[in-house]
Amino acid sequence: MSGSIGRPVSRVDGPAKVTGAARYAAEFAPVDVLHVALVGSTVPKGRIAALDTRAAQKAAGVRAVITHLNAPRLPYRPFDERPEVDPSVGEPLRVFQGPEVRFSGQPIAAVVADTLAQARHAAALVGVTYAAQAATTTFEGGRRRAPKAGGGETRRGAAVQALGNAAVTVDAVYVHPREHHNAMEPHATVALWEGERLTLWDKTQWVNNDAVEIAHVFGLPDDHVRVICPYVGGAFGSGLRTWPHVTIAALAARLVGRPVRVELTRRELYTSVGFRPHTEQRVALGARRDGRLTALIHEATAQTSAYEEHTEETLSPARVTYACPNVLTRYRLVEMDVNTPTHMRAPGVATGLFALECAMDELAVALDMDPLELRLANYAERNEEDDLPWSSKELRACYRMGAERFGWSRRAPAPRSMRAGAWLVGYGMATALYPAYRSEASASATVFADGTASVRSAASDMGPGTYTAMTQVAADVLELPLDRVRFELGDTALPKAPVHGGSITMASVGTAVQAACEAVRAKLGAANGRSYAEALREHGVDRMEATAHVEPGDESKRFSSWAFGALFAEVRVDVDLGIVRVPRIVGAYDVGRVVNPTTARSQCLGGMVGGLGMALLEQADWDPRFGRVMNANFAEYLVPVNADIGELQVLFAPGDDRRFNPLGAKGLAEIGLCGVAPAIANAVYHATGRRLRTLPITLEAVLV
Amino acid sequence: MVPFAYAAAASAPAAIRHVAQRRDAEFIAGGTDMLQLLQDGVRSPSELIDINRLPMTAIEVGPKGARLGALARMADVADDPRIRAEFPMVAEALLASASPQVRNMASIGGNLLQRTRCLYFRDVATPCNRRAPGTGCPALDGENRLNAILGGSVHCIATYPGDLAVALVALDADVHIDGTRGERTIPVERLHRVPGDAPHLETVLEPGDLITAVTIPAGAAARRSHYLKVRDRASFEFALASAAVGLEVDGGTIRAARVAVGGVATVPWRLRHVEEALVGRPLSADVIHEAARTSSDGAEPRGRNAFKVALLPRTVERALRTVGGLA
Repeated sequence: MSGSIGRPVSRVDGPAKVTGAARYAAEFAPVDVLHVALVGSTVPKGRIAALDTRAAQKAAGVRAVITHLNAPRLPYRPFDERPEVDPSVGEPLRVFQGPEVRFSGQPIAAVVADTLAQARHAAALVGVTYAAQAATTTFEGGRRRAPKAGGGETRRGAAVQALGNAAVTVDAVYVHPREHHNAMEPHATVALWEGERLTLWDKTQWVNNDAVEIAHVFGLPDDHVRVICPYVGGAFGSGLRTWPHVTIAALAARLVGRPVRVELTRRELYTSVGFRPHTEQRVALGARRDGRLTALIHEATAQTSAYEEHTEETLSPARVTYACPNVLTRYRLVEMDVNTPTHMRAPGVATGLFALECAMDELAVALDMDPLELRLANYAERNEEDDLPWSSKELRACYRMGAERFGWSRRAPAPRSMRAGAWLVGYGMATALYPAYRSEASASATVFADGTASVRSAASDMGPGTYTAMTQVAADVLELPLDRVRFELGDTALPKAPVHGGSITMASVGTAVQAACEAVRAKLGAANGRSYAEALREHGVDRMEATAHVEPGDESKRFSSWAFGALFAEVRVDVDLGIVRVPRIVGAYDVGRVVNPTTARSQCLGGMVGGLGMALLEQADWDPRFGRVMNANFAEYLVPVNADIGELQVLFAPGDDRRFNPLGAKGLAEIGLCGVAPAIANAVYHATGRRLRTLPITLEAVLV
Repeated sequence: MVPFAYAAAASAPAAIRHVAQRRDAEFIAGGTDMLQLLQDGVRSPSELIDINRLPMTAIEVGPKGARLGALARMADVADDPRIRAEFPMVAEALLASASPQVRNMASIGGNLLQRTRCLYFRDVATPCNRRAPGTGCPALDGENRLNAILGGSVHCIATYPGDLAVALVALDADVHIDGTRGERTIPVERLHRVPGDAPHLETVLEPGDLITAVTIPAGAAARRSHYLKVRDRASFEFALASAAVGLEVDGGTIRAARVAVGGVATVPWRLRHVEEALVGRPLSADVIHEAARTSSDGAEPRGRNAFKVALLPRTVERALRTVGGLA
């Protein structure tokens, strides 16, 4: 081993990114590429009664105006087994297949023109008359029901009775708003047909599934679609599914017989690529006087669309975070006339942890107990829900390391008791956790006589550092310097990879890369100090390649694998003006083996920034009269700016989870967002004495 | 975006003539707001006349005051040491605006004419009396957290978004306008119109009118001044409430006071009654509190913007205490 794993290596794709050499989906320009602009519906529900495309068709540069009236009926071949990124109940939105309008902003026409400006101008000339129908655009007005798949309820013990008998209880409702991914790179697709074969340059977190989805839409063999996506400018889950605009690109290119490019506008992104659903949660906790939990009830109600059931793991933290004999969770959906929500960083878990960890803070207050002591008193020594031991768990170390670095012991227990000048000071903490998953994956590795190697997998790098980490793993196994190894990803022509989501890439693709590199070494008989050049010469070849396909074993039947963290936040509050600032956050994490401390730290920093936004800034301003997000732009949908960010400290507990996979890494992405918002919300309570249970905690909520 | 013609103006008189004669022709300077308006389909001019090459970039500061060319960039004015010394609230208002990149592009004249951030004004799929007269005002009973509590009407409660104009109104600055009928000078305070029953008429400018400069009189209250901007995030956001304040204090007594507020009104809003409650009184926390307390008098909150009624007096009070050395 060359010891590349564990080293703080800078991003290998950094120079390409900062020099502009890295090409993102919209930057691929096949010869004769045309441009597409979309027309979005302006009513939330109804039918298109009339369309007037005459002016648009006559506008300069226009090649086609595509609507449901002239679009071909597409096969939309059903799946034998649905891709795991798609909801299991309902049907995805179909493009230009009928007059139905299911939400405001739904693409109802597409204009293809020589330039983007011409396309957008012509799109504005399309006249639409709607037969509007009564729409469900409020959460209160939506129908509440259990999800059709899964039932939505779990029980351990008898939580309701236990709550009634508990010595100390808290019971409260927490509200989480609709949030949007808002990655810097807008979603874009470039489509090129060559006969019955289609190439898509698309912003996606899963090229393999993207190809299969489009093949199903058009009734093509799966291998007729190639998807290429070498770089992703952030996605946070918005690139998991294959959204309607990808189909529109392929359809438009087919109809005009030229390659086309679709690039969504910022406003269109608010209705085109999903969002984190508005979720209301009740958490009721019962405890003994010594703090031990006796009852935990967590109920979540989340919005979904009228045509698909998006469900998420909002309630899994309630089931596994703490030791408790009596646990009841209940999940409900509210149908609204909106586009379908989707996974957004730490989907469900971050939402659920906000409610659970704020409730734990409330319980600590009710018990007059230190919030950290309360967590330790309820430390889960095993996964009680699945009745499995942890494959590894260093959460105690996280609590200790985080508390020490933060100076938690300096916290005066009473609210409003700490000050810095005119500012009220608050300390808050929260537990973080996220399940560690692993999927089957493939990779190939080739070594060359010049002592370089090329390693490939159709994986994705939306920012966490896949390029860098995989290069490290390969260099480590191949015993080569990093700069002799080149890793390629983001192309369906490469060995198949699983979805780049759910923090599974390191555990899945990483182990495939490891296995492919081991296989090529074995094939060469490379060992005993022989160079690759010598080994290849002996084999009489100038290169040697091996491919590996790895699958998880039965470890998930024997162990429960999760990443853990402990978050500590300090806030300063100016109660006169309602201003909340966060001068510092400390996070200590157990993510198993850390492959690259530099990119791992960056992941957690990004999560803290996102968590600060979740706590204090982010929300879609929804007008139910129009069924529209009104602040669909970067000026009014607020995310943190540099000036909002204070000192962020990231610590890693030593870990190496070989029970989970041969690399020992548990996955590190979603965990970064988890626990940040409740730590901040709890700190706001400590600073002000006011318990604010609705996110974001805005100025007017703090103003007293 | 509707196709438009573009031409660079050779001289101010030529530019003025051109824009006055062509319907839907408009000037463009830094373009930081215009480009958003074009992309969102809020504006669709037939022609854009680029005035960036006109010689109107000078920043002059003398004993009587300052003269800011309309094409001086926000960043250059904010960084000018004479402006920082003589008119701190102007420099602070500029630095609290937008981002460094935007301030490098945006001009002083253009900044005064920045359009409202009302969510409905900016979304052409919704009605808006200001953008499309007679269609209605959804902000009255909608997502109006950013909207005005002062100076509104039943037709429009769009907030004037800028910071600089608030400081200029507080300091009795003038705006110099060149037009088809010659040059004229009006107080900045008279540049913007409250919406009333014609919210689409935002300023008193006539077709072809070109802002050429802003002049700011010097004085003790300008020298001892401060701009406080309250918002959700620490930078790069429009004001929820802001206060431009200046005090002239002699022997512990307030001789002159300047108070104007932003983020809460349909136009840059001078609070003369607060100034009057300060002048002639001793500089003290109590006097400031009593005067600032009335800042929201006459406010008409409409739902989500109701918090501004409480926030505004506190913003004014904090700004006055800061400039009075009592914070």
